[in-house]
Amino acid sequence: MASALINVPATARRGDIIEIKTLMSHIMETGFRHTVTGEAIPRNIITNFTCRYNGDEVFRADLFPAFSANPFISFFTVATESGKFEFQWIGDNGFQETASASITVT
Amino acid sequence: MAESDRTTRRQFLATAGGAALGAVSLVHVGPVHATPDTMKAAIRDIVNGAAVRPGKVKLDVPPLVENGNTVPLTVTVTSPMSDADHVVSIHIFNEKNPQPNVGNFYISPRAGRAQIAMRIRLADTQTLTAIAKLSDGSFWSATADVVVTLAACTEEAT
Repeated sequence: MASALINVPATARRGDIIEIKTLMSHIMETGFRHTVTGEAIPRNIITNFTCRYNGDEVFRADLFPAFSANPFISFFTVATESGKFEFQWIGDNGFQETASASITVT
Repeated sequence: MAESDRTTRRQFLATAGGAALGAVSLVHVGPVHATPDTMKAAIRDIVNGAAVRPGKVKLDVPPLVENGNTVPLTVTVTSPMSDADHVVSIHIFNEKNPQPNVGNFYISPRAGRAQIAMRIRLADTQTLTAIAKLSDGSFWSATADVVVTLAACTEEAT
């Protein structure tokens, strides 16, 4: 089962630079491995990650097979207003997962 | 290739195998691996002919990793991250994984700090390159050497 781990500070002061950590559970099969019988294992990775802050995109990433399984990404953003962070992961074979986190900005 | 003056074990075995099996094995000889040349080509695709200068970018990665399957990596770009002067994107490349790209990251002045962290796979001891595109269109880069004892990416599944 796909599941996400998100770490966003619950509260922040306006203008603070906050770190956001995300982890999505995913096999990230590279497509370059073979089984013991020599069959190629097809690629199955997450290809895109997006973070929106109250609807505005603040971070986007293109992922390649060189990402570890259960891709972990951390980045920063300025806390501008209270609201919601929405995270989206898109990958091969129609993989699509979302997660969200709330922040209170004072 | 610059390395052709010293024969590695892999090259020797590949050549020996090729000699023994003839033309059929030639298809087999080249393993699916990126090379410094394909990395340069991937970088060219991103910078589109612009000059890439060393500096401003810091690539934090352990110099020696035991497990190439999870290598922690942090890229920091020195930038005021203002509307007038900020980092637009960060691109990470490797020399010897099957593909030269590791990731592309797009940020804006709203990031406040141009720093990203992730965990990546490395198939071999190699040099990583991080390139940052700034809002004025200039490109800056940093490289880091990593020694990998257990390779990732192409091992057999069990």
